[in-house]
Amino acid sequence: MSEVRDIEQIKPTKTKKILNVLIVDDDAINRRLHARIINLIGGVSQTAENGEEAVILHRDGNASFDLILMDKEMPETDGASATKKLREMKVTSMIIGVTTLADNEEKRAAFMEAGLNHCLAKPLSKENLLPLINHLLDA
Amino acid sequence: MDALISQLQRQFRDYTISLYQQDFLDDQFTELKKLQDDGSPDFVAEVLSLFFEDCVKLISNMARALDQTTGAVDFNTVGASVHQLKGSSSSVGAKRVKALCVSFKDFCEAQNFQGCVRCLQQVDIEYKTLKTKLQDLFNLEKQIIQAGGIVPQVDIN
Repeated sequence: MSEVRDIEQIKPTKTKKILNVLIVDDDAINRRLHARIINLIGGVSQTAENGEEAVILHRDGNASFDLILMDKEMPETDGASATKKLREMKVTSMIIGVTTLADNEEKRAAFMEAGLNHCLAKPLSKENLLPLINHLLDA
Repeated sequence: MDALISQLQRQFRDYTISLYQQDFLDDQFTELKKLQDDGSPDFVAEVLSLFFEDCVKLISNMARALDQTTGAVDFNTVGASVHQLKGSSSSVGAKRVKALCVSFKDFCEAQNFQGCVRCLQQVDIEYKTLKTKLQDLFNLEKQIIQAGGIVPQVDIN
């Protein structure tokens, strides 16, 4: 049993605690993919189709997400605008921005300034998301 | 029966490798398969189903926007649909479709009508071809399982 625990410490396969995650993306495929990744690393998820939906979910003050995966490019309210509004509403969830490889350093920096904890480029995977989440949980 | 299973597994392996070698699929498809397990055995099929639904919808949007009989061509709508299709093809590892979207986007930005029409026709052919090939692959998987075998993991590299 302790051998299994030691292996988990060397290469964790789950997040350090069960996370409640909001996935914000206008693309149905990405919502499905990211929900599956979150499930595999030990979390539960809900989805929103754009930034405005994400903001509305928080409006009554009852939403409580440990983590928000926020896509950058979305119709209605984009990722940066939604992140800014959530931070103005005193939402303290970890927010990871999801960009594309085509986004240059300037665009990523502008997205970060909206109030993100970190940014990751698509495609997301267990390999890039899990260590980042555990690192942010430690911080 | 063992001989049949071995034969099917060989066919499956060879066919999978050919799909990558002919650029129908890329590494993202491999990543997609890694997300499937006994707990979510139809995950890849579900995601691909969403992708092919996307293709139908977006190609229809593009065709409407490129229809000159209804007035001026709406390159903005075409461009927006191409952008979406590029994103979703990238997410599932549909390499040829994604590559076509890159060229398509360039023609949209240049407002090159003939170029856009050609790309639209090619995208339509490519996604339908991919759909047929993946159906053949899934049929091989089913045959292996029905024969009592295990679907082999295929090392692409």
